[in-house]
Amino acid sequence: MSNYDERLDAFVGRQLIEAKFGQDAVNQAMIRHWVEAMEDPNPAYLSDDAARATGRPGVVAPASMLQAWTMRGYAATQALARGESAPGASGFAELVGLLDEGGYTSVVATDSDFEFHREVVPGDRISVDEVVESISAEKTTGLGTGRFVTTVRTYRDAEGETVGVQTWRTLRFRPAAPEAPKALRPRPALNRDNAFWFEAAREKRLVVQRCADCSTLRHPPGPGCPECGSFDWDTVEASGAGTLYSYVVAHHPKHPAFDAPYLIALVELAEGTRLITNLTGVTAEDLEIGMPLALEWLEADDGLTLPVFAPTGPDTDHPRPTEN
Amino acid sequence: MRGPTRSLSRSAAIVGIGATEFSKASGRSELQLACEAVLAAIRDAGLTPADVDGMVTFTAETSSENHVARNVGIGDLTHFSRVHHGGGAACGTVAQAAAAIHAGLADVVVCWRAFNERSGERYGLGQADRPMDSNADRAAYSWMTPFGLSTPAQWVAMNARRYMHEYGATSEDFGRVAVTARRHAATNPKAWFHGRPITLEEHQASRWIAEPLHLLDCCQETDGGQAVVVVSAERAKDLPHKPAYVVGAAQGQAKDQHMMTSYYRPAISGLPEMGVVGNQLWAQSGLTPDDVQAAVLYDHFTPFVLPQLEELGFCGRGEARHFIADGHLDLGGRLPSNTHGGQLGEAYLHGMNGIAEGVRLVRGTSPNQPDDVTNVVVTAGTGVPTSGLVLGA
Repeated sequence: MSNYDERLDAFVGRQLIEAKFGQDAVNQAMIRHWVEAMEDPNPAYLSDDAARATGRPGVVAPASMLQAWTMRGYAATQALARGESAPGASGFAELVGLLDEGGYTSVVATDSDFEFHREVVPGDRISVDEVVESISAEKTTGLGTGRFVTTVRTYRDAEGETVGVQTWRTLRFRPAAPEAPKALRPRPALNRDNAFWFEAAREKRLVVQRCADCSTLRHPPGPGCPECGSFDWDTVEASGAGTLYSYVVAHHPKHPAFDAPYLIALVELAEGTRLITNLTGVTAEDLEIGMPLALEWLEADDGLTLPVFAPTGPDTDHPRPTEN
Repeated sequence: MRGPTRSLSRSAAIVGIGATEFSKASGRSELQLACEAVLAAIRDAGLTPADVDGMVTFTAETSSENHVARNVGIGDLTHFSRVHHGGGAACGTVAQAAAAIHAGLADVVVCWRAFNERSGERYGLGQADRPMDSNADRAAYSWMTPFGLSTPAQWVAMNARRYMHEYGATSEDFGRVAVTARRHAATNPKAWFHGRPITLEEHQASRWIAEPLHLLDCCQETDGGQAVVVVSAERAKDLPHKPAYVVGAAQGQAKDQHMMTSYYRPAISGLPEMGVVGNQLWAQSGLTPDDVQAAVLYDHFTPFVLPQLEELGFCGRGEARHFIADGHLDLGGRLPSNTHGGQLGEAYLHGMNGIAEGVRLVRGTSPNQPDDVTNVVVTAGTGVPTSGLVLGA
């Protein structure tokens, strides 16, 4: 056990907040505010007659209000926020300081279990004290890594008789770092010979360079035609039909833009040229060289739209990724 | 094809070889590795730096000839040139050295390659995060990296998958190449994998890198340097070691050539640039595959060893898997290959260590020396514009 764990452990059984009475005795006005806010129609909270009809001597406070009678109030909360310690809560301040030291700077309440020993009635003065029951080992949660701090709050009346016991659990946690934005795919290096292709892709058009003189198609594009020597060219738009010529299942090294293993394919277009692309809507086990494929578009990010391919045919009618 | 009167065959010989140790972290500069290798090769040749008048290296080399020369005491140079395309340059350096000697441009040419490829810039990590500029070489990656096709293993995997489809080859056929290389490395004290052979089962169980390539289909990454000294055949006679004559030396690039991704040819299951090299080697030397007793086949990735055997004529198209399964790359086989352990087993030195092994095979000093070696074929990088040598006694 580390020294820090030992220091935390020393709090178990220790009183965090000394017994202290609430600022006001239990009273009808606060009960009224509560039941109106809660839209609780039980008349026993507001009418002595109604309460007597249930066998009680008179109005009772809603059980779930127990904690409310001892709350420190607005002014004291503001004082705490200013860093002034609340009287009688030095143990609490010390524990919070130790948790801060461990990086557990955030807090969220996770459980509140009550045992009610007797009903509270107007005129009761209620006190509460708080004792540490347990502090957990470090746990990883969706919110972040932290420790569950469980305390027992004992509510008593003016005579010191227990009216209720609350087991109160909070998670004191290190806020998880916000998820880093997903890495972008490597950018193409654009130049005078290739920019047209990526610009067309941005418009979701798969084009193939064509010699303006001998009409030979070529990919990857280049400034000159290897067949006739012409430097004049235009493009044709591909039909989007193709077949799988070869493929790679990429595992290592990992690149943050790609979720390994991922499928890289060499696709032969119906027009006859081939291109490197990715496959979607299919797993490696279902790949077969020669299988028919159809063009889809991947909007990889704001700056990059790429042609990808998916299987065609009756066996592959599962939903396609949407274009986003 | 060149007529015999113009052939450079046997006009030059490799007479010195020298290397640094092969490691994963050399702890010194690439320039120093280059200088150490160059000096070692010159000394092995029984020459001094002052004798050197030509230097040839790779365009990928970070240490220019002027830096190496002034650090090892090489004086005036009358010939220096560089060869492009990564490992494809290896035998091309010797081809250019032999050509320069044949043409009278230089008399003693040192060829080298040195890098901290493991502790420094690792090629195996791929191109994805390299800065992009828009020259033609860089722009060519635009057709690959946005789709996650970024690493040499992935590039080769695309060809390998198609090769399997066309010829019925399997991952085990590729694996046998690695097993043979590692068996040879196991008995080569200079090899990184000295004493560490592998089984085919281990190959099959190794993790996927880029299917169909397992980890053990991929060569290691290495820090080190390797140099060789080429001199004229006449001069070679006066030097201490048995000359390894440059019986053939050729570079080759084939139609619709790309850098590792020549995926747009009618077929992608061959290595036609190696065919260009092979045709020249046989024409220059007047030899045929039957005249060759051993080979050093570039093996950065196992699948490309198969089409090399086919392109060079050691077996028919699609038959390499049977040739290998029958044990013909092993000692005692028809063509003992990569007897130093290859790049899979000894070191990845962009093929230059393979040339040194070719020299040792001719000298009779390979760590796994087959009997009666007269001629050795050495190849350079596959999938790229490439080169090859026939070295002979």
